[in-house]
Amino acid sequence: MSTAVKKKPFDWVLILCWTALVAFGWLNIYSSSYSAEGAVFLGMSGRAFMQLVWVGICSLLAIALLHWINPQIYIGLNLWLYIFVAALLAAVLVIGKDVNGSRSWFVLGPIRLQPSEFSKLTTALLLSVVVGRFDFKFNLKGILKILLIVGIPAALVLLEPDFGTILVFCGLVFVLYREGLTGWVIIYAAIAVILFILTLIFSISVAVTVFFGFWCLYRLLAFRTKKDYFRPMLLYLACIAALAVIEYFLVSYEYISPAAALLMAVGISIAEGRRHLPWFKPLCILIAAVAVTFSVDYVFENVLKQHHRDRIENLLGITQDLQGAGYNVNQSKIAIGSGGLMGKGFLQGTQTKFDFVPEQSTDFIFCTIGEEWGFVGCVAVLAIYLIMIIRLISRSEKCPDPVTRVFGYCLASYLFVHVVVNVGMTIGLMPVVGIPLPFISYGGSSFLTFTAMLFVFIRLERR
Amino acid sequence: MIIALCVVFSALVAQLAYLQLVDNSYKISAQNNALRYETRYPVRGRIYDRKGTLLVGNINSYDVMVTPADIRQPFDTAALCGMLALDIEYARERFAYFRKYRSKIGYRSLPFAKGLPFSRYSYFMERSGDFPGFYGVPRTTRQYPYHAGGNLLGYVAEVDQRWLATHPDYASGDFVGRTGIEQVCEQRLRGEKGYAIYLRDSRNVIQSPYENGEHDLPAVAGEDIVTTIDAELQNYGEMLLHNKVGAAIAIEPSTGEILAMVSAPGLDVEVLPNMGRYYDSLSKDPFKPMFNRAVMSPQPPGSVFKLVNGLIGLQEKVVTPSVRYPCSNGYHYGSLTVGCHSHRSPIDLNEAVMMSCNSYFCYLFRSILDNPKYPSVGEAYEKWAEYVKSFGFGVKLGSDFPSEQGGIIPSLKSYEKIYGKGRLRSLNIISLSIGQGEIGSTPLHLANLAATIANRGYYITPHVIRYEQGDSLYEHFHEKHGTMVDSRHFNTVIEGMSMAVNSAPGAGATATVAAIPGIEVCGKTGTAENPHGDEHSVFICFAPRENPKIAVAVYLENAGFGATWAAPVASLMVEKYLKGEISESRKWIETRMCEASLLHKVPASPDYVKPKKK
Repeated sequence: MSTAVKKKPFDWVLILCWTALVAFGWLNIYSSSYSAEGAVFLGMSGRAFMQLVWVGICSLLAIALLHWINPQIYIGLNLWLYIFVAALLAAVLVIGKDVNGSRSWFVLGPIRLQPSEFSKLTTALLLSVVVGRFDFKFNLKGILKILLIVGIPAALVLLEPDFGTILVFCGLVFVLYREGLTGWVIIYAAIAVILFILTLIFSISVAVTVFFGFWCLYRLLAFRTKKDYFRPMLLYLACIAALAVIEYFLVSYEYISPAAALLMAVGISIAEGRRHLPWFKPLCILIAAVAVTFSVDYVFENVLKQHHRDRIENLLGITQDLQGAGYNVNQSKIAIGSGGLMGKGFLQGTQTKFDFVPEQSTDFIFCTIGEEWGFVGCVAVLAIYLIMIIRLISRSEKCPDPVTRVFGYCLASYLFVHVVVNVGMTIGLMPVVGIPLPFISYGGSSFLTFTAMLFVFIRLERR
Repeated sequence: MIIALCVVFSALVAQLAYLQLVDNSYKISAQNNALRYETRYPVRGRIYDRKGTLLVGNINSYDVMVTPADIRQPFDTAALCGMLALDIEYARERFAYFRKYRSKIGYRSLPFAKGLPFSRYSYFMERSGDFPGFYGVPRTTRQYPYHAGGNLLGYVAEVDQRWLATHPDYASGDFVGRTGIEQVCEQRLRGEKGYAIYLRDSRNVIQSPYENGEHDLPAVAGEDIVTTIDAELQNYGEMLLHNKVGAAIAIEPSTGEILAMVSAPGLDVEVLPNMGRYYDSLSKDPFKPMFNRAVMSPQPPGSVFKLVNGLIGLQEKVVTPSVRYPCSNGYHYGSLTVGCHSHRSPIDLNEAVMMSCNSYFCYLFRSILDNPKYPSVGEAYEKWAEYVKSFGFGVKLGSDFPSEQGGIIPSLKSYEKIYGKGRLRSLNIISLSIGQGEIGSTPLHLANLAATIANRGYYITPHVIRYEQGDSLYEHFHEKHGTMVDSRHFNTVIEGMSMAVNSAPGAGATATVAAIPGIEVCGKTGTAENPHGDEHSVFICFAPRENPKIAVAVYLENAGFGATWAAPVASLMVEKYLKGEISESRKWIETRMCEASLLHKVPASPDYVKPKKK
């Protein structure tokens, strides 16, 4: 390394953000576990102490990554690290411990490790090295490589099952988007999710109707002259009206969905055919959309587990069960809502203290923040995350080395998914998925992984 | 990309702002920040008899609850235990438990003393200020104003862990009907729990009802149940069966409604509210008072079963009412003898029923099984079994009463296992002709037989709850189940049953003791031999002969002849139900029945005396 490079300082903004989050996180773990032990006991409770140990370990790890460990080591060994963690993921399925219906923990005396967390790091590393190569292209071969890299840990994690981690892997699509994957993938995915939700809440025909409503709108904006869009529009509207009539008068619901699909197919073919557009693409989208809506029942009943179904139904307001599946979310909303603008103050929370909120120091730690530090505290935490993510993106963009850039993006999208899903579920915007709040939630595996990734990036970025 | 990022984060902030700044429903006031839900328990539904007499009601009682986290030192355990009449050791155990699991318990409340009467609770109320963390919750306990029907009504008990594991809709501290009608009607009786919400401050001291109780959910009282039981008859039956082992069941034939269901020795209603306290001693009682013999005890029916065989014979046309068979102190075939008492011979079916002739029914039963109409005895037997099952024997009748047993009618297969395939001979199973052998029926089956004969050929599944039109079970308990025997054949048998009771003295009738002045009772005695001591005394009857109002079956274990014990008991119950009182001329029977103790004749009894075998 040349002396000129060595002089470049570490990115202190990221390090400061990390310090702030870790310190604030520890305070909240102390607060939530302090109360769980009962008001009599003021000393250092089990979880707060353990977390302090983890803070020490993570700090050491950070220093080691910045000063002692040469990046060439883990860059060079990335494939072996990846294989090692994949083996751990496979092993945990056999000798892991069942917690809350999924088998994702190794228990070694007082320490519990979650290999799925480590797989986030190794997957990101391997992905960075592969996608960061000078000759990488998003052709069939490239996409297959990516699918393989993410697919192996994702499949193993799905067997546990741990849907939170799957979701996090899905977030990697943002990285690929940055690296040149067409944005349509994200849009299609979003459409699929919207269709899924609409089908669950209302019905297949409503989902298809809304979907084609948007299609209309898109066409309306894309067509240039009145003549071009007038007739197709009329056709679409006629189809939707016909569908509404059918839905209203038809007693048997079995015929609605096929009828809807048929109407839409005819409508779209006629309309698009008139403009001499290739009819193939719209037809594909149509078939895909119909397939998604029809698969909803199957996925919902057969792939997801009962507690997932309950949580999703509860989130979407299909069922209202405040004592059962909706309990966590309702209690967590009460805890956060009761915080108000300024919060009740450190150690003053009652909702989290009286054990109303389960998992209050791990996945639901945000409740304690919301209750004791109020809106101000919540926004501050979110702001730090936002700064971190933006900083990661901007530093990655400035970085000449594509491997570092991809790695930075990986970390940014991990953080993004973790924060949005975790905070989203505590405030009732997302279904409850077991996913920790990075640097804040109690637990060593996630903390170690994110710290390692952050400091690997800081170290790489300085090169 | 950064813009999209900011948009997503803004959505989170917006929701936070909504929860924390705008929406008040997730917020409690600045000082009061937690709600405490206190369960409001519903009043359990009451149980009435068919005439509106209250059988089971409720009285108020109180549970003292404790929130362990609120207990303050110093604490006068002795004073508290004195007030609540608790054992001080029990209190210490509870406190040790609270300390051990304090983090698990948190600020929850747990029951400390249960079911205090108001008099005891008022002591506590006066001094409850000295014991922070303790408070009372009103509950109700079952009360039995009418002294009848312990086994029938069943008892209510607090749910245990096993129950909770399989019934998610119950919570610790709830009560559930465990036997009898309390169990059958649990869903209707239990009602719905409610809650009251209180505010507490950060030290968990309750301040006031939350928003004046606007959000409270009141408890919904359980539904009242009207049973088909006649409280007076039930009580009378229990009195007659006092100090005897057995069962008595009375059914209204036209509706299948059970008028009385007595199992003796049974549970006294006095013990029902405190089953927990008596459970141990009751389960050790040699007479098994918790065992409901009326529906759970299959035994050989004895001679009353001859009625069924007679009816089958008539239907199968192997006899006519005028066919006579001889009897010379029994039925003799080779070395085989089925004994009988001395009476005139030969006799026809009416007389055979009247005098309960074993020989007649041996001939009859052999004609059924050796009927050339069927290619083999096996097939004839299967036909016979089908007939018997159409009377409800050998299967659960499907009554609404829990733990009903089906009894036994052996399958052809089980006989062929003994005698070889295709080698069953009618003489092998000749005992079935007189209701002995491998056959088992519960007293409920016998009562149902009486009702079936009273109805001339059909029965309505016996039941203890009155169902109104619209109930899901209404159809089920109003459906007529026909037997395979034509209605016209029943009158022949009924004539015999009437003769058995109402013949002039000296005619050889078996059950003249059951005759009631002014009412034509039709009955049949049974004396079921068994390997455990004296015969079981059996009697079934119905009355009046035309348009019958009541059918009764009485089964007294090891009591002796059917005519000696079961017949008088059954006839007294009939008289009580139809006339309201016992006529002067029969008072002596009532006195004799009430005073007799037959407990020592039962092998299970500690005072059992082995009878000398003839």
